Amino acid sequence: MNNGKRITIDPITRLEGHGKIEIFLDDKGDVDRAILQVPELKGFEQFAVGRPVEEMPRITPRICGVCPTAHHMASTKAVDAVFHVQPAPTGRKIRELIYNTFMMEDHTLHFFFLGGPDFVVGPQAPKAERNILGVIGKVGLEIGGQVIKIRRECRDIISYLGGKVIHPVCGLPGGVSKGLDEEHRVKFLEVAKAAVDFALFALKIFDDVVLKNKEYVDLVVSDAFTIKTYYMGLVDDKNKVNFYDGDVRIVTPEGKEFAKFKPHQYLDHIAEHVESWTYMKFPFLKKVGWKGFVDGKDSGVYRVAPLARLNASDGMATPKAQAEYERMYSVLGGKPVHNTLAFHWARLIEALQAAEAMVQLLEDKTITDPNIRTIPTAVPDEGVGIVEAPRGVLIHHYKTDPKGIMTEANLIVATVGNAAAINMSIEKAAKAFIKGGKVSDGLLNMAEMGFRAYDPCHACGTHALPGEMPLIINIYDRQRNLVRRLSR
Amino acid sequence: MSSAKPKVAFYWCASCGGCEESIVDLAEDILKVVAAVDIVFWPVALDFKRSDVEAMPDGSIAVTFINGAVRLSEQEEMVKLLRRKSQMIVAHGSCAHMGGIPGLGNFWNRETIFRRAYLTTPSTDNAQGVVPLEKSVVDGKELHLPSFYDTVLALDQVIDVDYYLPGCAPPRDLILGAVTAILEGKLPPKGSVLSPNKSECDECDRNDSKPEKLEIKEIKRPWEVFLDPKVCFLAQGVICLGPATRTGCGQRCITANMPCRGCFGPTDQVLDQGAKFLSAFASILATNDEKEIDKIVQTIVDPAGTFYRFSLPHSILRRKRLEAVK
Amino acid sequence: MQEQKFEPRLVGFLCTWCSYTGADLAGTARMAYAPNLRIIRVMCSGRVDPQFVLKAFREGADGVLISGCHLGDCHYKEGNYKALRRHRLLVRVLEQLGIEPERFRLEWVSAAEGVKFQQVCNEFTEQIRKLGPLNINGGKHEQRQA
Repeated sequence: MNNGKRITIDPITRLEGHGKIEIFLDDKGDVDRAILQVPELKGFEQFAVGRPVEEMPRITPRICGVCPTAHHMASTKAVDAVFHVQPAPTGRKIRELIYNTFMMEDHTLHFFFLGGPDFVVGPQAPKAERNILGVIGKVGLEIGGQVIKIRRECRDIISYLGGKVIHPVCGLPGGVSKGLDEEHRVKFLEVAKAAVDFALFALKIFDDVVLKNKEYVDLVVSDAFTIKTYYMGLVDDKNKVNFYDGDVRIVTPEGKEFAKFKPHQYLDHIAEHVESWTYMKFPFLKKVGWKGFVDGKDSGVYRVAPLARLNASDGMATPKAQAEYERMYSVLGGKPVHNTLAFHWARLIEALQAAEAMVQLLEDKTITDPNIRTIPTAVPDEGVGIVEAPRGVLIHHYKTDPKGIMTEANLIVATVGNAAAINMSIEKAAKAFIKGGKVSDGLLNMAEMGFRAYDPCHACGTHALPGEMPLIINIYDRQRNLVRRLSR
Repeated sequence: MSSAKPKVAFYWCASCGGCEESIVDLAEDILKVVAAVDIVFWPVALDFKRSDVEAMPDGSIAVTFINGAVRLSEQEEMVKLLRRKSQMIVAHGSCAHMGGIPGLGNFWNRETIFRRAYLTTPSTDNAQGVVPLEKSVVDGKELHLPSFYDTVLALDQVIDVDYYLPGCAPPRDLILGAVTAILEGKLPPKGSVLSPNKSECDECDRNDSKPEKLEIKEIKRPWEVFLDPKVCFLAQGVICLGPATRTGCGQRCITANMPCRGCFGPTDQVLDQGAKFLSAFASILATNDEKEIDKIVQTIVDPAGTFYRFSLPHSILRRKRLEAVK
Repeated sequence: MQEQKFEPRLVGFLCTWCSYTGADLAGTARMAYAPNLRIIRVMCSGRVDPQFVLKAFREGADGVLISGCHLGDCHYKEGNYKALRRHRLLVRVLEQLGIEPERFRLEWVSAAEGVKFQQVCNEFTEQIRKLGPLNINGGKHEQRQA
């Protein structure tokens, strides 16, 4: 029954392709339902069929130009698995170096250009200031220059080893195509050390500007931005956060381990639900079941990406990051943390671990060993590769014929793990701020913030110049006449 | 406030976002560009309303950069609107230029792609066979999705295109060069690709390593052998699309010790990149014995998907015959 | 409405030194052969660019023939070997694009083989008649499902 008014937010950005939010009001003018529609599908799972499996790491990065390295790595690991080959030790180290460098630059980019401005400048600041320029205004021009510089230097490392930073090419089953020499090891080590300093500095900004701002802290812990879901992330053999490799671990909304499995077992745990009003699918936990867009222990909805990874682990793998991890949980009242806006904090802690990992890998002189590949000898058949993309658990599953030609592909792509949660977060924010048919200006900002915390796939580097995410809210009456339009 | 600054716009169709990132990768140089132009919209970053674009006078945008291939009705509508409002349209990146990786969807159609995504993938739990619909009703509310075409189209198959910026993604220097040329009004003839009209081999470091007569006795897939970082890939028996691909990328992939896959498209004189590469490659196979020829040709895996990796929609046949798609 | 028998539209690239001359021989000897083949004379079968073959299919051909000198007899020594290699590879590409391998044919016809030309022409025509029209994408490029 369509009883009341309908609000359309179109388009929303920071999603691969476009997105549209539809909000339906009931007779009282309160929010009945909010729906996020994703109108994009490309069909990689079908057009992979017939391709040589070793070409998949060169095809799948085109799923996303912001996190192509994540796809490249998940794909390369899947190809390793298809060929039943382990990467040569130095090949693995080079992959880990590329991968941690990528996590570092991607996460810090998000903080300074995208999500961060809300925090750093503050939710009440005029929209013209809620962008990188406003951030620079708060922290200084020199820092702004440093952000651009560290991003470029990290991306140059990836370009050197991977050929291109947008769509790297070096992954091969059993290793990588290009090695690292001593001259570059030394040069990149300096960049890595600067990256650690920069990550620490970003955390300090977060502390000074966000955590010391009571109004903002209240927002972080508010109910409007809290949902209690399961959490999923990759962990190493000590249950510490690992971006490149490990087992997948799931914890309940209370923080207890619910499952831990190896990549090839993912089908026992993850299923995808389909709705007719969006091209995106909704992964959920098979053993709990799909109960709709609800949270809680009885609903199979789970979350991925920084906060989820920290919740699902027993700690960080590097010392400085571990200290920050302990601090976050202490401030926010213990594990697990359900506050969506805490994703931003967790993201910076992960950036720090990534930078520390870069230093560790580059201080190890064996990374210049020329033995970077093991040639596979087994007959290819089937394999699964999982990495943690900045935006969540990324799964590539390939089946081939005995010649290594793709017969089937299945992909579960990072952000999609948060698809149900994003819908729920938007609905919750909408319900909190739209009442009695009155749409406050605060709504627009709050909806943006709830959505942006997830850093949904396709976060293009520049946030608003001038600092706003384009939103149109159309309010229709029952006769579908446009009654009011809010826009910015 | 100068209103004499040219108005510039960016838009994205079926795109991975890499071309948007390539603009951000201008890094410090982006500030020079931003100072010289008036960016009137960029959906991923600025306040974008379709109605604002519709309200602009025709031809009031100096140049619009469009990336991504066209495969949804919404994308077709937007690019046609932008064509009306812009003096110049630049097809930015491989997808807009030739269809790009999404063009591999032209081996299939909407039905097979939907069937795989929503029905047959092993993780999909969908006993009722729900699929996305252009029009659906949820709790009495009507929701719409744009329609999904059978065939992926390059930009110039939908609108008139003035220039092409090739690459996946176009390298920094090429973008800067193109933007500078546009701002200074020093452009080649309309319809040009904004990169030198020579093949990769012309500028490749490994060119000198080619033997007098290049002959391939055995074809090797990249995973099967250790790749010599100094020797021409073709001379090693590894398929590299360099001979059929326009230069301008700096041989980034080859420098990372992986063979070229043709993302820059062909040179001016060529209609169909895949066919030209096939011709060249067949010419250098080192056997005249009929049986040997059959044998060696059989070892080439996925020729259509390799030769047309980025250019299938732009090829002469454009797609696999629809009637033959199962 | 009368049922019309499907008349295949065939394109043939014939090398001037051997095959074209052989076809001429069939003509002057007044041998009857199917009129379906549109002949294009080229200097050598090795001159045939795969783009020509694709264009022929795209423009409505139901079948394409390349005919050259017998192996070893090419006027330019190696041209027909190149044609052979290109043909074998192009057949595979066409197959991936949904065009049956029978539609793209390679033959060697010498200047003296008028009879062979007649046979090839008739055989090819009947073979394609049985296969049916290629009807590439219904004659236009489908953009949307109906």
